[in-house]
Amino acid sequence: MKFLRDFLDKQKPHFSKGGRFEKLHSTFDAFETFLFVPNKVTVSGAHIRDAIDMKRTMIVVVLAMVPALLFGIWNVGYQHFLSHGINAGFWEIVGFGLLKVLPVIVVSYVTGLAIEFAFAQVRHHEVNEGFLVSGLLIPLVMPPDVPLWMVAVATAFAVVIGKEVFGGTGMNILNPALTARAFLFFAHPAEMSGDKVWIAEKADAYSGATALGHLLVGEADKIPSFSDMFLGFIPGSIGETSTLAILIGAVILVAAGVGSLRIMLSVVAGGLVMGGIFNLIGANAYMQLPAYYHLVMGGFAFGTVFMATDPVSAAQTGVGKIWYGFFIGAIAVLIRVFNPAYPEGMMLAILLMNVFAPLIDHYVIQSNIKKRLKRAKAAVAA
Amino acid sequence: MSAATKEKEPLFSAKNRKLLTNPINLNNPITVQVLGICSALAVTAKLKPAFVMAVSVIVVTAFANLIISLLRNGIPPRIRIIVQLVVIASLVILVDQLLKAFVYDVSRQLSVFVGLIITNCIVMGRLEAFAMGNKPWPSLLDGIGNGLGYSLILIMVGFVRELFGSGTIWGYHVIPQSFYDLGYRNNGFMILPPMALIIVGIIIWIQRSRNPELVEEK
Repeated sequence: MKFLRDFLDKQKPHFSKGGRFEKLHSTFDAFETFLFVPNKVTVSGAHIRDAIDMKRTMIVVVLAMVPALLFGIWNVGYQHFLSHGINAGFWEIVGFGLLKVLPVIVVSYVTGLAIEFAFAQVRHHEVNEGFLVSGLLIPLVMPPDVPLWMVAVATAFAVVIGKEVFGGTGMNILNPALTARAFLFFAHPAEMSGDKVWIAEKADAYSGATALGHLLVGEADKIPSFSDMFLGFIPGSIGETSTLAILIGAVILVAAGVGSLRIMLSVVAGGLVMGGIFNLIGANAYMQLPAYYHLVMGGFAFGTVFMATDPVSAAQTGVGKIWYGFFIGAIAVLIRVFNPAYPEGMMLAILLMNVFAPLIDHYVIQSNIKKRLKRAKAAVAA
Repeated sequence: MSAATKEKEPLFSAKNRKLLTNPINLNNPITVQVLGICSALAVTAKLKPAFVMAVSVIVVTAFANLIISLLRNGIPPRIRIIVQLVVIASLVILVDQLLKAFVYDVSRQLSVFVGLIITNCIVMGRLEAFAMGNKPWPSLLDGIGNGLGYSLILIMVGFVRELFGSGTIWGYHVIPQSFYDLGYRNNGFMILPPMALIIVGIIIWIQRSRNPELVEEK
């Protein structure tokens, strides 16, 4: 490691003020802080800093996504060969999956990071690492058959309109990865929904509908078994199918203190309560679906663990997080049942609550202030 | 003496030219004053209706400004809004009838939005802010200028939305079939009003970064 440090120290003057590559300062800074914890000290305000800075927080999230990613790669291959009725070996399946998934990841990272670096140069701020996570989240919420240029356009849209216009990482109102998905969902519905896109290069005669797709056309008997959906042997977006793999990610996030368990639990509670209410009404096949089925169908689990807990766009206050999560779960199920034309209610629910998160926080803080004022007044009176 | 020189002010003096050009850029009714947004979002999915709408608004702002300026000394201040509305409404009805007579299909597409020019904030705003206190000629220029500023944005937004949303310009296919064969698809989001808002936002962004004096101090 020492030689790396020496090398960086030698190069540093070129990128500092007055150096040859002064303009590329933020690019250099990005790589330096990526490799080593920066040695900058605070100049004012609170002087205590956690050793875990943003780059190292983000890497935990990336690690947490790895199980879902690996399973996704396998499942993309598995679904492909299943649709063709071919009995393929493990490595064949993984090989096909890699061939499909890797290009999406590469396109997402290259486009997003190129824009991030460009903005950092122009605006003279450091390159933020938020995109390390978004860049992997975007491929995981894409259908395996998505055209690569669409991934590039959506990523560019998400980074520029979803993030940079608000001032970059940490300032965004909406979750960038979901912004990318929502953009594609409205821009290219044919490539983002229906029963054609969830299995890569599927055989024509094979039904590629997701569980939500079956429910849309009223084929409740065709949805896969609960255990299949929990384990993830179903068609769907690359990373969303296996609730089990996502749960492993959730454990990593919660254990590392990065993801909020409070949000995850309240999203699940919201979904269960709303699903339970519909069970009681039971007017159609969709409403009769057991509430816990919603948790393993579509992007519910993935959204709960990786999207709703995004620390930037979620509610910040403790009580606020409960309300925020509960409404995400409830609205997601509500949209699924009442407006099946938008099968992925989870995406829309999270984006909607992202917008409401600051409002929720505001009222939580105000009520807290009121409560304390009352207590103070009571103390004075007594 | 000073009165005599004032009367001889050339028709297109620097001051008058400014009345015409300022609203096109630095005082644009849409991107700087943020007026008339609703119609800008509603009619810009295709270039043709956007263009027709733009021309209609130019006509209405220009003549409303002119007429109100001519009447300005005779209008009792307490009922001036009513008088302004009567003038605008008459002009809008005229425009609407003309559109129905000559470009019926576009008039159908624009539907209620031609009628809604009556409530377009740009028209009322210019009458109140300019025509009520200025002579007819500068008022006419100001009306045309603001109409042009509005039109410029409408046409830019309409161009982008039609090109990427439908692959056409003015109804003609401009994106070659070979692109579609390669896998290119029209962007359905462009047809939806939210995208118009985002495009207007991007135009504001570009304009502000080119003219830092437009950026408010913190």
